[in-house]
Amino acid sequence: MNNIFVYLEIEDGIVGDVSLELLTKGRSLAKQLNCKLEAVAAGYQLDGIAAQVFPYGVDVLHLADDKRMAPYTSLPHTSLLVNLFKEEKPQIALMGATSIGRDLGPRVSSALFSGLTADCTSLEIGTYEDKKAGKVYENLLYQIRPAFGGNIVATIVNPDCRPQMATVREGVMKKEIKDAKFVGKTHKLEVSKYVSDTDFVVEVIERHMEKSKLNIKGSPIIVSGGYGVGSADNFKLLHELAATLGGEVGASRAAVDAGFAEHERQIGQTGTTVRPKLYIACGISGQIQHIAGMQESAMIIAINSDPKAPINQIADYVITGTVEDILPKMIKYYKKNSK
Amino acid sequence: MSFKIVVLAKQVPDTRNVGKDAMKADGTVNRAALAAIYNPEDLNALEQALRLKSKIEGATVQILTMGPARAAEIIRESMYRGADGGYLLSGREFAGSDTLATSYALACAIRKMGKVDLIVCGRQAIDGDTAQVGPQVAEKLGLPQITYAEEILDLSDNKITVKRRLERGVEVVKGSLPMVITVNGSAPECRPRHAKLTMKYKRAATATEKQEAGNDYTDFYDAHPYLNITEWGVSDIEHDIQWLGLTGSPTKVKQIENVVFTAKESKRLTGSDFEIESLMKELIANHTIG
Repeated sequence: MNNIFVYLEIEDGIVGDVSLELLTKGRSLAKQLNCKLEAVAAGYQLDGIAAQVFPYGVDVLHLADDKRMAPYTSLPHTSLLVNLFKEEKPQIALMGATSIGRDLGPRVSSALFSGLTADCTSLEIGTYEDKKAGKVYENLLYQIRPAFGGNIVATIVNPDCRPQMATVREGVMKKEIKDAKFVGKTHKLEVSKYVSDTDFVVEVIERHMEKSKLNIKGSPIIVSGGYGVGSADNFKLLHELAATLGGEVGASRAAVDAGFAEHERQIGQTGTTVRPKLYIACGISGQIQHIAGMQESAMIIAINSDPKAPINQIADYVITGTVEDILPKMIKYYKKNSK
Repeated sequence: MSFKIVVLAKQVPDTRNVGKDAMKADGTVNRAALAAIYNPEDLNALEQALRLKSKIEGATVQILTMGPARAAEIIRESMYRGADGGYLLSGREFAGSDTLATSYALACAIRKMGKVDLIVCGRQAIDGDTAQVGPQVAEKLGLPQITYAEEILDLSDNKITVKRRLERGVEVVKGSLPMVITVNGSAPECRPRHAKLTMKYKRAATATEKQEAGNDYTDFYDAHPYLNITEWGVSDIEHDIQWLGLTGSPTKVKQIENVVFTAKESKRLTGSDFEIESLMKELIANHTIG
């Protein structure tokens, strides 16, 4: 009762990074709230899951192991969580802001009438005062996210409804093993008690999951472009610089929307969060939506024709100029000075 | 045979083109400075609906939107592209709704429409990016859902086959109607306005709009009933008031902050050859690159 639950995303028997990141965050929230951390695994042949998640400090692992539960479809996983949450009454439920989490979360929150905040960039515990009702709530989950196209940051709370639900994108939270030897309890669920036959109404006919070819999250150097780059053609310069330096190319949402770069290169609140050694921001004005996804970069170089671009505030180096002018120089002088 | 498709659409501020005056000094959003547009992915959804309409005999496409009076604009926009008509759900009781209260209100309005075969909407709206309303409407109506649709591959024997675009892959799924489908931005773009339809529906209006226009309109709209855009208030839908608006919204905004970055002391460079060469040398020397 009153614990923190994390829904695990599982593909080919492997728990996704986003879930392990949420377990890490969940562990620290549980410590703060003095409650337990529990995880839910739904799928088929889940014997290997326990060993993957216990090191993150999972006190109880709920296993819904049934052939019909894989691959994921909306209704069976919804029913499982809804009915399990009715029994267990968690205070907080977290899931990845992924294709699955964003399909499942809203449905579960609607069925339980509990608030859900999508794409949080930070989760904290704090107090909330409802001045109208004259009530003070202790130990609520602050669900913090950029809103309104990233122009503001909002802190959302769910004072009265449980669980307090939030989704978080992959890479936003850090993944950290708590204790490699820790072993929690396993709780096997009888799936037919939670899920009805009529839930299996959508059938998966074909499924092709690709391993992402890009590894933006893991790249030590990122050359990233915004709308100010001007064209898909100019983006080629970014690719050239990235290839020269041994990095990857990223993009802001505006650049992706304009068709300058593929969606999987998007960095920011609704894209990937990155923490590279070097982040070169080209023609990016620096909406909070974008900055939320790269502000922890060790070094930031901003190249912008607008000397007042907001991104300059968080940059270590601000170069005032155009991509066409500056990038070829960087390539030239890198080649000249590196061995 | 009738086949009723409802498209859920939203008029949104164009957050993609935010100018410097988008935020007021007090940190609130200056809505007046932002153009109101048709939510982009709802247009992708409309296109899917119109494609089905052309394939299925007797199919109709109706738009449902919740918003202020001016949101009727996107219903007309839909009619210019081939939709048959629409419903505007409007009233102060709906103000302050979070996604759950919005979904409840939309679900009540859909129930009022009678038998609906298919509900389509965009994956998410650009002013919130939550992607919650589609699945929540489905849950409220007790219907299954297929999210992130990129293409409707087949619709026959009351079953729909849909290609879904996922973050890391593609899925083809099949399910029975009625159903809620959310459409991804990677689906085909919506067709442009049709010149003849634009002429035909130019004067389509809600009751409020007709009143505001003032002059004697009754005869004209009686003679052209297809120009009536249905406008529903809270009393037109069967509802429980506690699930609407602020009281029906479990999430509360604790605070809104304008973003202030901890400014770093930046080095400013003009981009001269000398400066760029020094920078690259420095980055190599401190092992940031190379």
